[in-house]
Amino acid sequence: MIELRNAGMAYGGRRLFAGIDLSLAPGAFHFLTGPSGAGKTTLLKLCYADLRATEGEVLLWGRDARAMSRDEVALARRRIGVVHQDCQFLDHLPLAENVLLPLTVSGRRAEGEAHLADLLAWVGLSARAASLPPELSGGERQRAALARAVITAPDVVVADEPTGNIDWEMSQRLLTLLVELNRMGKAVLVATHDLHLIRAAKAQVSARVLRLRDGSLQAAGADL
Amino acid sequence: MNARPPARPGGRAARIAQIARGGGLAARSAAAAAGRLLALLAGDREAERAVPPTGFTARLTVFTAAAMAFLAVFALALSLATGRLADRWGAELARTATLRLSAPEAQMAQSVERALRILSQTPGVASSRALTPEEGRALLEPWFGPDLPLESLPVPRLVEITLAEDGFDAAGLRARLGAEVPGAVLDDHTRWRAPLVAAADRLRSLGLLALGLIAASTAAMITLAAQAALAANAQVIRVLRLVGAQDIYIARAFVRRFTLRAAWGALGGTAAGMIAVALMPAADTAGGFLTGLGFVGWSWLAPLAIPPLAALVGFAATRAAALATLRALP
Repeated sequence: MIELRNAGMAYGGRRLFAGIDLSLAPGAFHFLTGPSGAGKTTLLKLCYADLRATEGEVLLWGRDARAMSRDEVALARRRIGVVHQDCQFLDHLPLAENVLLPLTVSGRRAEGEAHLADLLAWVGLSARAASLPPELSGGERQRAALARAVITAPDVVVADEPTGNIDWEMSQRLLTLLVELNRMGKAVLVATHDLHLIRAAKAQVSARVLRLRDGSLQAAGADL
Repeated sequence: MNARPPARPGGRAARIAQIARGGGLAARSAAAAAGRLLALLAGDREAERAVPPTGFTARLTVFTAAAMAFLAVFALALSLATGRLADRWGAELARTATLRLSAPEAQMAQSVERALRILSQTPGVASSRALTPEEGRALLEPWFGPDLPLESLPVPRLVEITLAEDGFDAAGLRARLGAEVPGAVLDDHTRWRAPLVAAADRLRSLGLLALGLIAASTAAMITLAAQAALAANAQVIRVLRLVGAQDIYIARAFVRRFTLRAAWGALGGTAAGMIAVALMPAADTAGGFLTGLGFVGWSWLAPLAIPPLAALVGFAATRAAALATLRALP
């Protein structure tokens, strides 16, 4: 579904990473770790074509992201559920509308409306459905971002530090959902520093842990 | 070490997973252009809600459209009035000619008779008639008063010529009159008609040019307003793109908004312009140019085309601006 081949990224002449090979095939579950500034978020952005690789290629469902039109990128993004580190909401719309947004823009809003109440209840935001994003706490925003990422039943879920602002119970709920999605054949890529989350996931699924460090991607050691 | 218990799978998570299982994610093709326009007219409340209202650009667009429509009504009135004037002058002057006969009093009757005979034989002349002394006096009355002793003055006699549809050979007639009726001067009004008709035609062209400039100015103003709105909503556009919105979806929210604003503004401006034209003084009997500026009969319907045209200009300008701006984004 998403494949990075010898992909590299450089900003202003500084190479962030290079030679990255990564395949998000159906059923794959990857954790991406590494020190701050190593390029984890950048690597995730390559996966949903928010950035274009400066070296190598990124294939989205077999198509080179650099050769894709803007409409093709938009259509590909509908198959990728993304939990952004900074959440990215429309501040003038209530939370419920924000969660439905991926379905609204693809003309499938009715599909989501039937399940919206369940989804908001699951992330513990039923009472906040009518609240505007600026009125939410950091944790609530992150849970709302998670709900928005999965409401389209995406083929691939990409999450950037999804447990950064949520408590243990909620992070376990998140993990449960990701595991369920993965068991249905969805690919999952999670950038995180949360070792507890990684260990809990490895207990349930065959998850690969990758470490982005010194400009290259390596399999993490058994210490995880 | 992790002391926290692992989460128990199932429950609500399983129900959420069930949602995921049912989701078909086949990409949908972009709607055809006609479909997009119909969708625009029908409206997409959700797409429009995705973009927050922008008060300043809204007011700017409505005001611009209203002002331009007001001016367009006058430009249209000018164009139509000058068109009518050109047609009338052209038609009236082209249908008649005048023969002026100067001769000694004793020979005048003979000259008139000879001229009328020649005219009756000239192809393209429908009729000809010598003006009576009373008619001649009436013509001169504005300058010399009613008691002018016309009989004692060497005033030329005038022959009014009415031309057939196809017109006549003025040069040929002039040559024949010159040979057979000394002192006859044929005036086919070309000297008057040509500059008058040219001036009226030029005014009509200027009116049309003004309409074109008004449309272009409207498009430019709406484009600027749309670009300002797009720039103000850069973050909204980014979020919409990240969740899979295509450019046309984002553009539609802006396009519909600006199209409707242009239409409503133009409607108000057109109504005000039509009222202003209606309140102008009526044309005098001579068809004075300035007082004749207005609409006549069915031409009152012409300004009603301004609001839909303004909407069309708004639609095209905003769509072009929105798509160009969106394409420039990463």
